[in-house]
Amino acid sequence: MSDLQSLEASLMSDIASASDEQAIEAVRVAALGKKGSISEKLKTLGAMSADERQTMGPAINGLKLRVSDAITARKSQLRDAAINARLAAETLDVTLPVRQAPAERGRIHPISQVIDEITAIFGDMGFAIAEGPDIETDYYNFTALNFPEGHPAREMHDTFFFQPDEAGERKLLRTHTSPVQIRTMEAQKPPIRIVIPGKTYRQDSDATHSPMFHQVEGLVVDKSANVANMKWVLEEFCKAFFEVPSVKMRFRPSFFPFTEPSMEVDIQCDRSRPGEVRFGEGNDWMEILGCGMVHPNVLRAGGLDPDEYQGFAWGMGIDRIAMLKYGMPDLRAFFDADVRWLSHYGFRPLDMPTLFGGLSNG
Amino acid sequence: MKFTLSWLKDHLDTDASLAEICERLTMIGLEVEAVDDKAALKPFVIARVVSAVQHPDADKLRVLMVDTGDGKPIQVVCGAPNAREGLVGAFAAPGSYVPGIDVTLSVGKIRGVESHGMMCSERELQLSDEHDGIIDLPADAPVGTPFATYARLDDPVIEINLTPNRPDATSVYGIARDLAASGLGTLKTPAIAPVAGKGETPVKVSIADPELCHGFALRLVKGVKNGPSPKWMQQQLIAIGLRPINALVDITNYVTFDRGRPLHVFDAAKVAGDLVVRPAKDGEKVLALDGREYTLNASMCVIADDNGVESIAGVMGGEHSGCDETTTDVLIESALWSPLNIARTGRELGIITDARYRFERGVDPEFMIPGIELATQLVTDICGGAPCETEVVGYAGHEAKRISMPVSEVRRLTGLDVPKAESMSILDRLGFKPQDKGDAIEVAVPSWRPDIDGKADIVEEVMRIYGVDRIAPAPLPTFGAVNGKMLTPIQIRTRFVKRALAVRGMMEAVTWSFIPEEHAKLFGGGQPALRLANPIAADMSDMRPSLLPGLIAAAQRNADRGIGDVALFEVSGIYEGDGADNQRRVAAGVRRGTAKLDGQGRHWGGNAGAVGVFDAKADAFAALEAAGAPVDKLQVEASGPAWYHPGRSGTIKLGPKIVLGTFGEFHPRTLEALDASGPLAGFEIYLDTIPEPKAKPTRTKPRLDLSPFQGVKRDFAFVVDKSVEAAAIVKAAAGADKKLVTDVRVFDVFEGASLGPDKKSIAIEVAIQPTDRTLTDEDFEALGARIVANVEKTTGGALRG
Repeated sequence: MSDLQSLEASLMSDIASASDEQAIEAVRVAALGKKGSISEKLKTLGAMSADERQTMGPAINGLKLRVSDAITARKSQLRDAAINARLAAETLDVTLPVRQAPAERGRIHPISQVIDEITAIFGDMGFAIAEGPDIETDYYNFTALNFPEGHPAREMHDTFFFQPDEAGERKLLRTHTSPVQIRTMEAQKPPIRIVIPGKTYRQDSDATHSPMFHQVEGLVVDKSANVANMKWVLEEFCKAFFEVPSVKMRFRPSFFPFTEPSMEVDIQCDRSRPGEVRFGEGNDWMEILGCGMVHPNVLRAGGLDPDEYQGFAWGMGIDRIAMLKYGMPDLRAFFDADVRWLSHYGFRPLDMPTLFGGLSNG
Repeated sequence: MKFTLSWLKDHLDTDASLAEICERLTMIGLEVEAVDDKAALKPFVIARVVSAVQHPDADKLRVLMVDTGDGKPIQVVCGAPNAREGLVGAFAAPGSYVPGIDVTLSVGKIRGVESHGMMCSERELQLSDEHDGIIDLPADAPVGTPFATYARLDDPVIEINLTPNRPDATSVYGIARDLAASGLGTLKTPAIAPVAGKGETPVKVSIADPELCHGFALRLVKGVKNGPSPKWMQQQLIAIGLRPINALVDITNYVTFDRGRPLHVFDAAKVAGDLVVRPAKDGEKVLALDGREYTLNASMCVIADDNGVESIAGVMGGEHSGCDETTTDVLIESALWSPLNIARTGRELGIITDARYRFERGVDPEFMIPGIELATQLVTDICGGAPCETEVVGYAGHEAKRISMPVSEVRRLTGLDVPKAESMSILDRLGFKPQDKGDAIEVAVPSWRPDIDGKADIVEEVMRIYGVDRIAPAPLPTFGAVNGKMLTPIQIRTRFVKRALAVRGMMEAVTWSFIPEEHAKLFGGGQPALRLANPIAADMSDMRPSLLPGLIAAAQRNADRGIGDVALFEVSGIYEGDGADNQRRVAAGVRRGTAKLDGQGRHWGGNAGAVGVFDAKADAFAALEAAGAPVDKLQVEASGPAWYHPGRSGTIKLGPKIVLGTFGEFHPRTLEALDASGPLAGFEIYLDTIPEPKAKPTRTKPRLDLSPFQGVKRDFAFVVDKSVEAAAIVKAAAGADKKLVTDVRVFDVFEGASLGPDKKSIAIEVAIQPTDRTLTDEDFEALGARIVANVEKTTGGALRG
């Protein structure tokens, strides 16, 4: 018995001192391999008497089992240690900064974003988007819109002109998006529901005026659209656009050559906080848009009988409502492409304005 | 249009407050732009200096005891030379804001003596520039009452932003008439009685061109004494910003504002012979009342006598025959001018006057004669004299426009239910003399409303007086269905391309549509038809032929601000001609410095390199892909337009003819001309050229067929001439078996001495996907041989050994 005990003690000591997987494998082979010390012991059982075998059998097999378990345990211990060592060696400084995704750097200009917001709102009310050329004829920009030749109202628009052509006709840069009203009526029969965003030009430049700016115009023509409907459309728009539960608007009679009756619209707001305008609260009125019933002469210019068809139109500055909503102080910066400005006031490419998800995030 | 509250009340009997009047003005279409309620003058009260003694420590100061009306004199230190016992002046107590010195007073010590307020000069109250002494009022001025009330300076001034269609509201009377019609009071203007004249006006008038002058009334008043106008008139004129000149001139200005009837007065002694109204002669000169000489042309109308031009008709009188203190005989003119002609003349000469303002909007023709009667009355009242009879020529009278408006029209256009009687009443108060014609109301348009032309105008009149705020919003009927797609293909492309480029780390710029002429020419533009006749600045003269010059300039501006790594794009219009179809929608972008897709500048994981042609090409293809172009069918040809680097740019085509875009690094001369420096690369895509995909009858996608057989990849390297394009090798390899070869990738390009000069090696990975059986080694060998043969044949190269 004692040599079995000493063998076990020796093997257990070898197992414990095996320092890597290779060493433990060597111990395993030396003990349990074909010619291993325990295997050799097992071979001796055959030559034993039945009585001897009766006691030695279990003893040797017990030894084999204990040694085998010990080897397995040690092996797994050594593997864990090896993995831990590798992991330790592989450790990196995870506080090192990663590169920003391009989508996080890119920006959509506030004008594009606001046009998308406008599109989302009016799309919901069944409006299509119409567009037209920046370079216009006098007819589409003025005459068809009931600006009589030489009328002082033409002077309200500081127009950019091109040189007259051989026929003496001079093209101009449209001073408003309204020419598209005429182009649309010429191309399409009522019912018409369109909004017209686009570039417009006037000879004017200061913090709130720019020689190039953006307008959005709306036109509804059918057989029943009236001032009451117009008020509703514009109030719904302002509520949705400024993302407030209610707005108070003041429609007051005014004058535009292409509408009759004409109105200017003020929106209630609070301007008591510097650099910030809040809508739906406060005691100030801010002029925000012009509107009116389409002038009979304009309907006629569009080929429609003003006794059969009627409608309303409105227009406002995209840059201006963008400035009001998002707080940009100076219009000129819109066209400067300063990346610091774009990065700050621009919108992330995946911030797509929708009505179901909110026009703007945050 | 400016007026004072008291002036308004000369015509309107009302108890309404200033705030109510302003609110009503705005709500009937006469938008109040500014109100000066003179609150700034409220703190100043009339006070008497009870005693004035020398300041103990200052030669020029005196210590006053001032009685402000409560019998408890206040000590004030004052430096004014005229400060003396018994003086009555304007006192400001501590806490008052003194506008002229922009100071809020507090109790202070001046050289050791306490001062409890201030006796003010006119300049300190911003009444004038007078600052030689403090205000010195008559001894009977009531101590303790507000100075502004005493001096009639508390009269609020209202300024309305008059729309160009309302000539009737260029007068205080007209504004009162509108307010009265809206129910805010009653008109109390006395009727104008004709002033009898004695004898004919000796100066005769002839009208050479009746198109320019629709009536002319002239009247001589003899023996006038022209001095300062009465104080009440001066105060009203000063309050609205006019400078009193002399009684005759002030009367014309007063009537201009009071009644919207511009007048002119000639000193009869300086008029030679009769007057003629005629077009000016080209080059004819006149020294006008503003002291400036104007050169006229034949499109302008003048009033001339034997001496020449005496007045630019309806715009400004001439200096020569103007009235001054020596005038004893005055000719009063009240005439009707062509609004268009006045507008053009004023614009061409750059003259803005109160007369032009009214004539170009259209004055009331029926007030031409009452206007001269009113003026005559004022002249004789103020200056004395004996009037002759009025000479009237060329006036044919006024026939009122008649308009019939269906009663239902107000409801049709506004949604308002205004009872017929109410509509009639409103129109009556506005002077439209409405007649009940059953289902319609017939009106006679008043002579002072040239803007009223049709039914819609009558609706507006009823609506604005009845109250726009009484119109309840009513929903626009829905179309009864879910709204379908509302955007056009080009609009959809525009949106997608913007987002796709922004996702690539680029920032959207909006740059000017007009650029400097040199820049336009550099990018294929600059044609005369696209050059502005009146640009706002010399470098904003030409409509852009490309978005690139604007973007390059923008990138450079950022670089000049110290931010050299920028990626910008724009999706907008360019102009190839001045026709409606010559404006194209393009997407363009530039990258500068190291602004690459993956990031820019230095980074511990590897620094970004300089941007180049392939960055621009990748952006271009991303834009095309987003716009829905068939990118797998596009070809890239070497070299783009002249503004690019000829060896580092390309043109993207669909088929042999359709150019969808260009990309590349820029030509050094382009950058030099734009004052820009690189590295800079960019692209431009013509969004309107991309063909629209065919409409499909179904949204079902084609079936996905996945092969059960293992695909394999094989690599090949070819040595070819440097001039051989990689695209040719890819195409040849793919063409070896269009069914089995599913992809060809270039994974290495190598040039080196070992290959010999003018040679390069291009390595490709060919993906092979069997579809109907597993391929054998022999199959692969045969396919490989075909690939090599195809490439060698088309490129003249050889498989690299």
